[in-house]
Formats: sequence, C-alpha cells, structure tokens
Amino acid sequence: MSLQVTDLRVYYRTLAGDVKALDGATFSIADKEIMGLAGESGCGKSTLGNSLIRLDGRMRYIGGSVNLDGADMPIWDKDAMVDFRFREVSVVPQYAMSAMNPTRKIGKMIGELVESRGIKYAEIKPELERRIDLVGLGRDVLGQYPMELSGGMKQRMVMVISTLLDPSLLVADEITSALDVSTQRAVAETLVSFRDHGFVKSMMVITHDVSILYQIADSILIMYAGKLAEKASTATIINEPRHPYTQMLISTLPEVGVRYKEKKLTGIPGSPPSLLKPPTGCRFRARCPLAFAKCVEEPPFVTVDTDHQVACWKATGTDA
Amino acid sequence: MLSLDRVSKSYRVGTFGGKELLAVKNVSFDIQPGEVVSLIGESGSGKTTVGKMVLKLLDITRGRITFDGADVSMVKGSAVKDYYRQVQGVFQDPFSSYNPIFKADRVFSMIKSEYFPSVPNSEWSDKVEASLRSVTLDPAGVLNKYPHQLSGGQLQRLLVARALLLDIKYLVADEIISMLDASTRIDVLNMLADLKGRGLGILFITHDLSLGNYISERTVILRKGVVVEMGATDKVFGTPTHPYTRALVASVPQLHKKWEDIEAELAPVDTGTCPFHEAYPLAGRSAVPAPDEPTLVKVEDDHYVGCFELDSEKVKLVA
Repeated sequence: MSLQVTDLRVYYRTLAGDVKALDGATFSIADKEIMGLAGESGCGKSTLGNSLIRLDGRMRYIGGSVNLDGADMPIWDKDAMVDFRFREVSVVPQYAMSAMNPTRKIGKMIGELVESRGIKYAEIKPELERRIDLVGLGRDVLGQYPMELSGGMKQRMVMVISTLLDPSLLVADEITSALDVSTQRAVAETLVSFRDHGFVKSMMVITHDVSILYQIADSILIMYAGKLAEKASTATIINEPRHPYTQMLISTLPEVGVRYKEKKLTGIPGSPPSLLKPPTGCRFRARCPLAFAKCVEEPPFVTVDTDHQVACWKATGTDA
Repeated sequence: MLSLDRVSKSYRVGTFGGKELLAVKNVSFDIQPGEVVSLIGESGSGKTTVGKMVLKLLDITRGRITFDGADVSMVKGSAVKDYYRQVQGVFQDPFSSYNPIFKADRVFSMIKSEYFPSVPNSEWSDKVEASLRSVTLDPAGVLNKYPHQLSGGQLQRLLVARALLLDIKYLVADEIISMLDASTRIDVLNMLADLKGRGLGILFITHDLSLGNYISERTVILRKGVVVEMGATDKVFGTPTHPYTRALVASVPQLHKKWEDIEAELAPVDTGTCPFHEAYPLAGRSAVPAPDEPTLVKVEDDHYVGCFELDSEKVKLVA
C-alpha cells in the first residue's frame, strides 16, 4: 500500500465561516497505480491534491491522517513537510507555464533546487539529461530560459523536474487542461511512461476530463461537494458506475461519433451545494433522480465489490 | 447567408511593426440560416481571428465577408448598429464578460437603452423573460443578481439571451463552453442546438472536436490560418482525409476507445514533412502565397481537403 489517506478533512477559512472543501476522505493508492481524481469545479479535488503537498495560509487542517509507504506525513506542519516534499511526494502544478523561475536558465534553476536538498547538480545531471531525452526535449533546454519553450515543452520540463528525485507519489493537477489535443495526448502518455520507468511509484491525476482518465488511469475516484462519491477501476467507473452522480456525469460527455440529431445528451439539473453550509445527509440529494427518504442520513463510503467503493444508499442496496 | 470569401488577416509584429504575421489565409466558407458551422483548430490556428473579423472587431486584410450580399467591411456609421442587431458574439470567459460592480442583468437594460428606447418597461420585461426562458433559465433565479452569484453556465446563457433580444440571425460562439463544467456544458450545447432549430446560424469556434461533432452540420478544420479540410461534419469525422485532421481525431481522448485502438483504425498516412506547412521557408510569414500552396480539392460531395498527398494512392484509398 503506497498511500493511505484516512478521514482527511481540510477546510478553508473565510470571513463567512469555514468552507468544508474536503470533508472526510478515506482511500488508498496502491504501488504502480495511477489514480484519476475527477469531479466538477469546487468539488474539492484540488484541495485534496494540494493538501498532500502544502497547506497554504487559508487552508486549515481539521483531522485525518496521511500515510505514505508506512510513514505518517505531518501535512499540518509546513516545515516538517520539507523532508517529504520533492523526495517522497511531488507535484506537477496546473500552470506549468508559470511554474519555473523566469529569471533563471532552466539548468541553473534545477541546480539551485537540488542543492537545496543537499544533492550536487553535477551528480544528478547525467540522469537529468537522460530523462530530458526521454520526454523528447533537446538537452539544450538546460541553457534556455522558460520563456523560450512552448506550453507543452514547459509542461514536460516541469514533469521531469518534479520527478527527478524519484518520489513515491506524484500529484498531477489539471496538467492537460490548458493544452491542445495533440499536446494533451503527448503529456498524458509521458505520465504513463514515468510510471512504467519507475520514476514515480504511484500517481494521482486530478482532472475534470474523465475521457483523459479513461486513457491513462488504472482507477478513478469521483468526488462531489467535498465528499468521495465512488472509487473503482477505470473500466468499472466508465461502464458500470453505481453512484447516480457518476452515472449522470459519464452520460453528459459528448464523444466523437455522438451527434445532437441522433442522440440528445442531457446535463445534470441544478448546481452543487455551497460548501459553507453543506446540506446534511447525502450532498447529491437535491439533484439526484433516485433520492428517497433514507438520503437525509449521510451514506457511508463502503465497499460494494472488489476494489469498488460507493457512497450511496441505493447503490449499496439499503432500501428503506 | 453569411459568407467568407478568401479572407486573410495579417498582424504587424516585431519592432516598429516591421514584420508581417499572416494569421488567417484565404479562408472561405458559408453559414446558412439554421446551420451550425464549427471552426476547429488548435491554439494559434487563427480561429478566434476569423470570429472577430465576422464581428467587425478586426479589420480584414484581404478578401471579403458578406452578409446577405452586403460587404461587411463597408458597413459604417449608423449601419454598424444595424449589423450588430443581426450578428452578435459570445466569448470564452463568462466571468470577465461582466462588470462585477453592476448586476448581471444590466446587459439587458443596456440593450434596451441602445436599441429599443421607445419600448415601454412592462413590455420590455416580458421580452426579457421570454428570452431567458428560451435559453432555459428561470427569470426569478437570475434577474437582480450580481455576476458572482451566478454560475458560469448561467452567465454564459444570459449572454446568449442578451443576443437573442436583438433580432439576431447569426451568432459567433467563441469557445463558449470550454470554461464550463461537464455537467452544465451539455445544457449550453443543447440550447445552441435548439436555437439552430429556430433558424439561427451559428459559427461555433472550438478546439474540442467532440463538441463540434456533436452539434454542427458542417466543419471547417483550420491549421496555422489555412483551411486543411472542410465539409459535412459526418464526412469530415467519418473519413478524415488530411493527415492533420487524422492526427487530431486520433488524439481526442474518447470514453470507450483507447488511443492505441483509434490509432490502429486511423493508420497514420506517412506523408513525410509537408512541403507547404513545414519546409517552405516563408510559410506563415510571407504575404506572398507559397508558389504551390495546396488548394482545397473536392474528394466527395460536400467534403474538401487541401493536401498535396491527395494525388497519392494512399489517401485516395481513404477518400
């Protein structure tokens, strides 16, 4: 078991009160597993990803534990996390365009970065160059400034830097959303190759685009309004989802081949609840076509099949 | 009919505008009333430039855009207002389209004071409500609210409702759903398709092939300012013929087909380096057309492709 997250809660402090962006998440990622994390904007998926890296000033750790390769990560302590960040857990941020220092040549910036971790640049350079070749960039990028690279190239460069110390877990947050379709594919396939080469042990890929996850992920975790809705293998989530939210989310996706004239898709009526004062019980209740009396109680996130967990009273067969 | 005839646009770049960048080159297509034409291209392909030229937000360098026979660039003075009464645009980012200081429904009162000052208020509010209903919004839920109180999908539909208050015949929809969530995205798409049923012509600009395929009758694929393939949507997506279109279709992430399988289906046509797009030294920079620029060739009814390789046997098999 590579990553084990237990009942993790992270709220945002605002003047109006706490925004319960991540309200009790329990899941695990196995070795060699690429887990996709999907959901609508504001469902807490980025909060979950970020909380494993660094809690910024507005984020408040409420409770829960994170265990990576048998060691508990002190995610509430920004300074103690320094030992884990980059070595054990690393991130590819959403805006790779602005993730690199614009005033340093890329090679120099990497040198400063690894030396802050007590590693000599000269020692790591051969491996760095090998990985640059692997992602299809020229070795001369090390002598260039970030502005000389295109968006897709910067994204791949940041991926190389993030995984340079072979972290156990890599969090990739919406890394394909700002890219063109052909670049998107190259970047997504690079992620898979990093796992296959053993640069990272396991991966959490955060995106709102489920079809990208179908291409690269082994398992998918669906979140809704700060809670986990469903987790299963990719094929199960796409073909036999149990949670009504997952079912509706999958059916709203237009695919090449689906035409308005022939098959009219429908959206999910309503909008997600405010997380400032989330409703009690099942948070999807107000938009759910299957909602019944029992849904005023909060459904637990339980295992219904091998490697398949769902938080829904209907899906678990608990008819009242 | 809105018709583009060999439209080109060049920008002046570099110090003192010394260089010329050809953003759009000889683009020609028509939009009929009640038809959705999707203009698909990657970033920098010039798709937004085409939309802006149709909306008269940019001057046309060469070529002509005609609206029911009249040259759009000749529309000047008070006639401009009349043009905007019939052709309107909605853009990508709904959050920055509104002034956050004012209530969102101010966009409606601005239309009233600008175009319909003589309409009585009671009649106007009926008109606004009818227009909101036609974009599947509940008037009570969106009127009298500030932009931050509404979702992206609602804001985007308000902008379409605003355009509908005028007697528009054509709508330029530039990436209007790329910022929206999957669950609301399809509602906005369906709304566009309903409007099409009522005779509105839509230029649907997007980088997302599956959205273009879902909604449009006709598709234009733009690459570096040049149309590489165009025609009926089912033909362009059914038998993609230009190597670039094939590469695009093969990289779209799909839900029930893995990339490897699509690739096997669309066996890549090995064309080597394209003599026009890659190797021609002045390609994309020169105002002078390449000496042997590929022209659009008709491969079947309502399906045109611009590629030298069309002469070769490999591509003929596909077409």
